[in-house]
Amino acid sequence: MIKLADVAKSYGDVHALGPVDLDLPRGGITALVGPNGAGKSTMLTIIGRLLGADAGTVHVAGMDVTTAKSRQLAKTLAILRQENHFVARLTVRQLVSLGRFPHSQGRLTTECVAAVDRALEFLDLTALQARYLDELSGGQRQRAYVAMVLAQDTEYALLDEPLNNLDMQHAVAMMAQLRRAADELDKTVVLVIHDINFAAAYADRIVAMTNGRIRYVGSPREVMTPDVLSDVFDTPVEVIDHPTHPLAVYYRLS
Amino acid sequence: MTSHTATDPRAAAASHAEGWWQRPAALFVFGGITLALVVGSLFIGVYDLGAEGGREMFFITRVPRTLALVLAGSAMAVCGVVLQQLTQNRFVSPTTAGTSEWAALGLLLSVILFPTASLNVRMVLASLTAFAGTMVFMAILQRIQLRTTLIVPIVGIMLGAVVSAITTMIAVSTDYLQLLGTWFMGSFSPVVRGRYEILWVVALVCLAIFLLAHRLTVAGLGPDVATNVGLNYRRVMLLGTAMVAVATGVTTVVVGFLPFLGLIVPNMVSLLRGDDLRSNLPWVCLGGVAIVTSCDIIGRLIRMPFEIPVSMILGVIGAAVFIALVLRLRRTA
Ligand SMILES: Nc1ncnc2c1ncn2[C@@H]1O[C@H](COP(=O)(O)OP(=O)(O)OP(=O)(O)O)[C@@H](O)[C@H]1O
Ligand SMILES: [Mg+2]
Repeated sequence: MIKLADVAKSYGDVHALGPVDLDLPRGGITALVGPNGAGKSTMLTIIGRLLGADAGTVHVAGMDVTTAKSRQLAKTLAILRQENHFVARLTVRQLVSLGRFPHSQGRLTTECVAAVDRALEFLDLTALQARYLDELSGGQRQRAYVAMVLAQDTEYALLDEPLNNLDMQHAVAMMAQLRRAADELDKTVVLVIHDINFAAAYADRIVAMTNGRIRYVGSPREVMTPDVLSDVFDTPVEVIDHPTHPLAVYYRLS
Repeated sequence: MTSHTATDPRAAAASHAEGWWQRPAALFVFGGITLALVVGSLFIGVYDLGAEGGREMFFITRVPRTLALVLAGSAMAVCGVVLQQLTQNRFVSPTTAGTSEWAALGLLLSVILFPTASLNVRMVLASLTAFAGTMVFMAILQRIQLRTTLIVPIVGIMLGAVVSAITTMIAVSTDYLQLLGTWFMGSFSPVVRGRYEILWVVALVCLAIFLLAHRLTVAGLGPDVATNVGLNYRRVMLLGTAMVAVATGVTTVVVGFLPFLGLIVPNMVSLLRGDDLRSNLPWVCLGGVAIVTSCDIIGRLIRMPFEIPVSMILGVIGAAVFIALVLRLRRTA
């Protein structure tokens, strides 16, 4: 499980997060939602030990992320940041193979090769695997980054806006893959997502944040109400009951 | 990593990553050309090898000079590639990060402080200052908010200029100015038996970098990705910088500055083959050797029986290639 206790962070005099407490159980998909600047990325990168908190503690699978052995953590937890820019010219396959680093330290085993193949196939990248990253479209590149995280094959995956730049087909496919990973492989996925309807359709849990605080935690049915959503996003939102999941409608102010 | 070919033939055709340059045969061809240059360099010079004592001269001057070309050429090219991975910037190299200038300062200090010291002591001091200086550069980079492609080498060049000015100042006040010019000229003509052997240290450094190659590739994706896959980024950074410092320190002590080498070779290899370091390193080494040897041969031939220092030829050719590369990189970036 993921456990945050009294975690806080400021960038200089900009207060970005907390103090927050959060307990996320093992397994399932958790969607982090909230307006721009709410602190979603800050919280996610702190959980993923890429950013140090000013106060508080973070445990993932019982390990304190600031003190645990880096290599052990890398086998347990993978994180993808919101923005990624690589200067290095690597092919899609080379990049995804680097996701195996915690397991192989550079010498790919047959198991690694299989994991890489699987990740590439999951994200519909098999045909593009020999291309350089700088020769891909934005959405294709985003899929390559997510494939790298999947190839790492960790129990916990933290993804900051993985649907960035994706078209409808690939967005649905990626969410379906993450759902499968959670259901069949028992992975724990935490993702930041702006399309609240995707969160409602695929997540087990929604965590809503504003101004560096966690405001609501609950199942999609609990969080997807006009009152909660209008409050979190500071925009009028209607919720329509769709047979499989609630649907938020907010496109037109009227 | 080309064993899994794309199933879609169009994708495979469109890919640049599976071109001719990826084939082992390409490495053999390029290796052959480099070898020819190296062997050629053995037989070019004023001294008539057929004359009496020619055989001896061959082993006293030609062989050491050629070995020095091979060692220094590959060292500087490999140093360039390592610094570029560590800074995630294509325009960083020992001569644009201040590393060489720091090494020169160390060398001058060793001469002033320990006038009777051996070459080994000088080398150690030059490597130490090179290491300290490069760490200063890295520390400054970590504090800069705006790390654009050009800011990084500009910081390095400025740092190098300051250090170089200090070195000159010290040299002026201690009457070593004349020596300074000849030392750092970047020339292989004074390299004879007894003066080059220390360069074998850089062969060890290259070997160590080869062992570290995979880590450096990961580090080249930046601290976040590196941490994510469990790499100790700081340690790799420290190790990489130390190796670059030693190789640069030794090269500077024996032959002086070799400008542009660390810049153009890695960039040319990257354009042709991407940035997978482990498979690129043989190419980088060969590229460094080929270019330095060609420049040295040109320097020996154009004004025979006089010699033009290799650094001048490198400067001219390197600047031209570099400008071409910048234009090319701008288009693809
Ligand atoms: N490097 C930084 N320096 C200064 N302030 C920062 C920095 N990164 C984030 N902030 C500030 O911290 C707050 C939280 O930012 P964060 O990136 O966590 O938001 P977010 O919820 O991920 O937003 P978005 O939906 O736009 O990605 C914002 O007010 C932001 O301006
Ligand atoms: Mg964000």
